[in-house]
Amino acid sequence: MCRFKLGVAAGALWVAMLNVLAATPPWHSLGHAVTSAALASWDIDVRPDGTGLPVGGGSVAEGQAIYDAQCANCHGTFGESTDYLALTGGIGSLASEVPQRTVGSKLDYATTLWDYINRAMPFNNSKSLSVNEVYAVTAYVLNLNDIVPADAVLDQQSLPKVSMPNHAGFTRAHGFATVAGVPDVKSTACMQNCLAERPTITSELPADFTQQMYGDVRTHFRQFATAKSSPAKSNSASPGGQELAEAQGCLACHALDKARLGPALVEIGLRYAADPAAVQTLAGKVRQGSSGVWGSAVMPPQSQLSNADLARVLAWILDGAGRP
Amino acid sequence: MKHETPRRGRMQPPPSVAGTAANGLPRRAFLRGVAGAATTLVTAGSMAAATSPLAVPAWSRQLGKPVASDPYGMPSRFEANVVRRQSPGLTRTNESSIAFTPLQNLFGIITPNGLHFERDHAGLPALDPAQHRLVIHGLVARPKIYSMDDLLRFPAVSRIHFLECGANSGMEWANVAVPTVQFTHGMLSCAEYTGVWLSTLLEDVGVDLKRAKYLLAEGADGAGLTRTIPLAMALDDVLLVYGQNGEMLRPENGYPLRLIVPGVQGVSSVKWLRRLEVGDQPWHTREETLHYSDLMPDGTSRQFTWIQEAKSVITSPSGGMTLLDKNGYYEITGLAWSGRGRIKRVDISTDGGRNWRPAQVQAPVISKALTRFRSDWVWDGAPALLQSRCSDDTGYVQPALKQLRAVRGTHSIYHLNAIQTWQVLASGEVRNVQV
Repeated sequence: MCRFKLGVAAGALWVAMLNVLAATPPWHSLGHAVTSAALASWDIDVRPDGTGLPVGGGSVAEGQAIYDAQCANCHGTFGESTDYLALTGGIGSLASEVPQRTVGSKLDYATTLWDYINRAMPFNNSKSLSVNEVYAVTAYVLNLNDIVPADAVLDQQSLPKVSMPNHAGFTRAHGFATVAGVPDVKSTACMQNCLAERPTITSELPADFTQQMYGDVRTHFRQFATAKSSPAKSNSASPGGQELAEAQGCLACHALDKARLGPALVEIGLRYAADPAAVQTLAGKVRQGSSGVWGSAVMPPQSQLSNADLARVLAWILDGAGRP
Repeated sequence: MKHETPRRGRMQPPPSVAGTAANGLPRRAFLRGVAGAATTLVTAGSMAAATSPLAVPAWSRQLGKPVASDPYGMPSRFEANVVRRQSPGLTRTNESSIAFTPLQNLFGIITPNGLHFERDHAGLPALDPAQHRLVIHGLVARPKIYSMDDLLRFPAVSRIHFLECGANSGMEWANVAVPTVQFTHGMLSCAEYTGVWLSTLLEDVGVDLKRAKYLLAEGADGAGLTRTIPLAMALDDVLLVYGQNGEMLRPENGYPLRLIVPGVQGVSSVKWLRRLEVGDQPWHTREETLHYSDLMPDGTSRQFTWIQEAKSVITSPSGGMTLLDKNGYYEITGLAWSGRGRIKRVDISTDGGRNWRPAQVQAPVISKALTRFRSDWVWDGAPALLQSRCSDDTGYVQPALKQLRAVRGTHSIYHLNAIQTWQVLASGEVRNVQV
């Protein structure tokens, strides 16, 4: 009896092993094992419960210094600028006629702010802040929102415990989570006499809006005759300085005629116009990065431009950047 | 009224050729001449015959360029108007921005790769495929790292799916905001995507099916864009994609590797994919809390609104076009799609939704893919309100804007799938309106 049982068990094990062998797909050899140590530099996500937060910390005061130098240019001194994304204000506004979606008003967890600053900010130089700097800037932005006090120090223990004003503001009670979800609006496919009255127009574009914003949209449509009078742009034609500056991302931070994150290109042209070493100086700043000449904003090193393109962009800037 | 044989309706040419017509006559005089002649002829119930001898142009008499003179082919230079465009004033930078697909100019259901819509959050990364890696880790038995060479050696699968940004049409929750279908609906494309079933890779790393509930997908761009994806979806029809319409992905669509999460808002189909982490809770990333969550009138936000509900739009005639011929024939054509499955039917109205008739739905009709519809229409010269309304195989019927607003208000930004109205004025001008 006992022996029989063992025999059955051994047989079953043998069959199971065969199945495993047969079920192992031939592509299992592709790829390589990876250790968590190797992964650490990529494994940067942070969850609401704090999982993923590295050991470290930073204070509101430390955060202010970093914020003023690297963040205020886009987000405003108090995080109020809506130019890019407002970080402050709008708390309690989400149910109003003018809801303001800001870090303070919309996020349900402070960990999301830490995670996003750490992975994506500053916009032109992401993943450049140290762990402690990210804690500090997070603390400062939360303080600008009156969510943590001015003497707050945040670390991997305290950050997940910060309670956000919109903590209870999200719902998963909707039909969009799965294909089987129940839609919130149920319409019917009526075919005849579906409306009691002629439909009235409730909204249309103001006169001249399209022309002013989009130009002549008739040129957005295929017309076989078009190419006769306006041949398609040749790919071989050399782009001008401004086109290059646009294509290389310079205009993400620099405007032509006014200071944005970086100084106005026209102003750079004026400052260096009489400098015989201007091209060399500016090329160095573009290649190695720069800060402190025009303000505290950091220009990260730019390696993407070819030497030829860099020379042409600089020549264009020193020529006045299209200044009339 | 008795219908004569309608002529093919013509549409307004652009201003660049408004000065002179092909025959050298001033354009206006030319149009008047044609219109006058046409009226007479239509009344007579026949078409104008071409009487002068047909020209034999130079290209019929000369040797053309050698083959492969353009090794990677480009569209004809006469197609210069058919390009992606940004919507003025929509975004603050050109790096975190959107380029819209010119739906008004496209045929069939497949979007050419050069016209596939583009949404970047930190610009287009200059990514080297030889150095690019995908890591899968977390609640798995064997965390692994894959090169592109590895991934291209897995069993491949090709599937046709639409991709639509969750915010497509979202500028118009409160009012009409943009003039043409490129901007109302152009965060929408459809392609044959080729790659590996994500389930194959999850099996390869030994995903812990008892504990795993969610995946985090992360991009290799400067934004390191991240989205939570439910494991049930990941094991169903999600693809790890490297191919698009027969070639490698274009850089702006995630070269060399992206996710495609069929039927789900585009942001989940993470581009330049570098990492998948398996976990047991959602991550609440910035792109699923601050953005891509749907604000309701009571101030709460619907979170993880993945599915794109059934939606359709007429792409021709559409906003910005001008119909020149009263009693001219104009085919009504457009696109319908559903994140829940197949398009079952599409109806057309020319009177703003009072009366409807079925459109012809063209094969192939593929689950979670764009579906082309068409319908014959002779414009009688009177003002008209053109609409399309689709239903999918779950029985869901595309709603009117009023119905959506009654439940969701006007601040949601996302998931606007209402019936679109194009107004045709007596002048033939076609405009974007809401009813």
